[in-house]
Amino acid sequence: MEWETVIGLEIHAQLATSSKIFSGASTAYGAEPNTQACAVDLGLPGVLPVLNKEAVSMAVKFGTAVDAEIGRRSVFARKNYFYPDLPKGYQISQFELPIVGKGHVEIELEDGVSKTVGVTRAHLEEDAGKSLHEDFHGMTGIDLNRAGTPLLEIVSEPDMRSAKEAVAYMKKIHSLVTYLGICDGNMQEGSFRCDANVSVRLKGEEEFGTRAELKNINSFRFVERAINYEVERQIDVIESGGKIVQETRLYDADKDETRSMRGKEEANDYRYFPDPDLLPVEIEDSFIEATRAALPELPDQKKQRYISDFGLSSYDAGVLTASRDLASYFEQVVDLSGADAKQCANWVQGELSAALNKDGMEITDSPVSAEMLAGMMKRIADNTISGKIAKQVFQAMWAGEGDADTVIEAKGLKQITDSGAIEKLIDEILANNANQVEQYKSGNEKVFGFFVGQVMKASQGKANPQQVNELLKQKLSS
Amino acid sequence: MHNKTMAELSAGLKAGEFSSEELTRSYLERIENLDGDINSYITVTPELALQQAREADKRIAAGNADALTGVPLAHKDIFCTDGVRTSSGSKMLDNFIAPYDATVVSRFKQAGVVTLGKTNMDEFAMGSSNETSFYGAVKNPWNTDTVPGGSSGGSAAAVAARLAPAATGTDTGGSIRQPAALVGITGLKPTYGRVSRYGMIAFASSLDQAGPMTRSAEDAALMMNVMAGFDQRDSTSLQREVPDYTADLDKDLKGLKIGLPKEYFGEGLDAGVAKAVEAAIEEYKKLGAEVVEISLPNTGLSVPTYYVVAPAECSSNLSRFDGVRFGYRCEDPVDLEDLYKRSRGEGFGDEVKRRILVGTYALSAGYYDAYYLKAQKLRRLISDDFNQAFEKVDVIMGPTSPTTAFNIGERSDDPVSMYLSDIYTIAANLAGLPGMSVPAGFANGMPVGLQIIGNYFDEGRLLNVAHQFQQATDWHQRAPVAYA
Repeated sequence: MEWETVIGLEIHAQLATSSKIFSGASTAYGAEPNTQACAVDLGLPGVLPVLNKEAVSMAVKFGTAVDAEIGRRSVFARKNYFYPDLPKGYQISQFELPIVGKGHVEIELEDGVSKTVGVTRAHLEEDAGKSLHEDFHGMTGIDLNRAGTPLLEIVSEPDMRSAKEAVAYMKKIHSLVTYLGICDGNMQEGSFRCDANVSVRLKGEEEFGTRAELKNINSFRFVERAINYEVERQIDVIESGGKIVQETRLYDADKDETRSMRGKEEANDYRYFPDPDLLPVEIEDSFIEATRAALPELPDQKKQRYISDFGLSSYDAGVLTASRDLASYFEQVVDLSGADAKQCANWVQGELSAALNKDGMEITDSPVSAEMLAGMMKRIADNTISGKIAKQVFQAMWAGEGDADTVIEAKGLKQITDSGAIEKLIDEILANNANQVEQYKSGNEKVFGFFVGQVMKASQGKANPQQVNELLKQKLSS
Repeated sequence: MHNKTMAELSAGLKAGEFSSEELTRSYLERIENLDGDINSYITVTPELALQQAREADKRIAAGNADALTGVPLAHKDIFCTDGVRTSSGSKMLDNFIAPYDATVVSRFKQAGVVTLGKTNMDEFAMGSSNETSFYGAVKNPWNTDTVPGGSSGGSAAAVAARLAPAATGTDTGGSIRQPAALVGITGLKPTYGRVSRYGMIAFASSLDQAGPMTRSAEDAALMMNVMAGFDQRDSTSLQREVPDYTADLDKDLKGLKIGLPKEYFGEGLDAGVAKAVEAAIEEYKKLGAEVVEISLPNTGLSVPTYYVVAPAECSSNLSRFDGVRFGYRCEDPVDLEDLYKRSRGEGFGDEVKRRILVGTYALSAGYYDAYYLKAQKLRRLISDDFNQAFEKVDVIMGPTSPTTAFNIGERSDDPVSMYLSDIYTIAANLAGLPGMSVPAGFANGMPVGLQIIGNYFDEGRLLNVAHQFQQATDWHQRAPVAYA
């Protein structure tokens, strides 16, 4: 039997407003518990919500970026349920009339195939607080700093057919919201997280299978692993004669498994109804058009530009534009160095990305700044160092030994371009290897590489390889 | 001093006849001596009152007093008052000291008005007799065997018994007008959105509105000048200029068109009440008004519509009282569910629980369309009735309540008969219109209220219409003998 996976994602992007969605309290992360919760966030008797205009504007930005219908009239609704970190006993969200309607994004898979994923809707809502179970001796602590933080919940169509597609979609949304500057995208701090609805069905089947909702996944890697685990679990259950139950499951990254949360959220009826404390949000066409006109260059446009202006491959352009920070780093290197963009791209995607990965760093934390990398690219371009030596220079810069010129100077890495000096080295090598010279002259041109290697070795890699090539050819043919 | 209106007290203060401190002390003494029988206050705040009175005296002396500076006032215990217990009449909030002022409270503070204390009310404003209060029933000063009406029963009784010159109230389905009628005072429920709801403990958010409870229409106008206006902390308050509500009080009523809805004079209306209301209408004719019979055909839908919308909103609004952050928490909960169940089970009274249950049911999946959504549609029909009527008439008049004050305990076991005491007042809340109750005589020895309903933002006209009546009659000056 051949199975097909069906995945839809609900992504929660925390909007980068400075104050909360319905109160004036700060949204800054990491403050002492309950120091950023005002009377409104605490749900004190008598308080009322007032909508943060910036959150609305950010949601409209997202909507225009995914080519969605913007709700001219959207309505906030109360989602009623009891939980200790939900101060009012209801969450203010949107239900029937969301601010962003149907839209779509393009995702590109590793094999270069691209696919359209539908965005069903995106709505504004407030985040809840946090329950803290440690350090309270069998009791639970409540931190309401996060309560009332604005979220944009982005709901996809069940258009994805593999964990890899889900990851590509999640990355695409991540890159969109960070490009738009409406979310910091920080997944460790929970600013960007998702729930995945996963089901399986026999290939060719029209109906969807029963789905499980995997809750609160906060990394790209975990999304892939959680979905893969869940798909296997569901297939196992069905193939051994069982039935999938519609339920909420939690992914445990340590054990790499999903497990049922049943019992906790059993048969919730949220009793949605329009929040009588808030007026419907009316958005005028002129506002939508102004927002659309002011959109920054988005990943897809940037990618096209990299392909047409820089001659990069679609894959390279995709990698470099996936993150706004990476793209801006890359463009800075190109601008400051004046070097070939393709070569810059190779360095950013090669040496730099490898070093970042190895040390688990983000591009914004890189010890080698764009200026520093550009400085090194200049020295490659003006033949001060070769590409090979540049790797040494890069490692030294990474280790904090200063910029390219400082490293080249301190380590004496300057390329030897003096023909006389190179000729002297060549003469020595040829004299000491008469046998190989003989072989070459009798037609074995493969030995040429041997001579190059020897010369480079003798120069400690500093001889200009092109000059070495040319001079060697001259000498050997004379 | 205690028989003076706010306007008279204000004049006396400015003329130096007495100080705010003297005035405040005299009210505090009356409360101390007389409120035992009436139970109109939950919390009296003598220290706060005297401190505010002394500050008011300084302001008056310095010549920068506002119209009501130095005049005492009582607040319904539904308005959060910084540093003072704000209970909403419930055991649930018996321990709740509000950490901030409601906008209404803060506006009166800024105007230099003195806070005497917090008045008794039906629990979370749910009731029409003030019998559901955790702090015990309030007695009607005209006959202490009877109820003062509700839910602003404490405010009403305090003003009628001269234990405060005036008080704030809130009105979700008649909670200012019905008690005002039952104790013979003047009460105004403004247009929805005219007065900020910030800091007013919510019962039914789309219906709740704060207003003045006074001994004259002129006093109500003076209070409205302080209370009304946009508040950026209440998204449902309206950005609309606030007129001087005293400006038109003296306009004559020649040519005023009064609509009398035939549905307000039908079955269930007490004959004595009908007689008093009819006499009042006759008085208006003498003042130059024309009377037109009108129809509000959907009147009969008001009570059922209200008892879906209000409980639905309250079931959600009262979810925050869960024993977690503030208010009542049960002893030794064994787990979270136990904490919720017992805190709410022990903290809320029966009527509140009844409405939470009804509202939860009305919002449940599968019932939402049949109840909540349907009720919202009926609400529009009820509003349309009024819109059509106001094309023909300037104001609508009728009885505020179908009966005079009933006996304590008489209806407490029969919720439906209790709910019907708001049959004439509820429609104005559903439509968001301003409504007033004005003393209009007596039946069975108890006060009768005349209700005047106006078009949106027509509070100025309502006050004018009420004031002219009060210039021609003295019903509003009658005091219960024991408190005169």
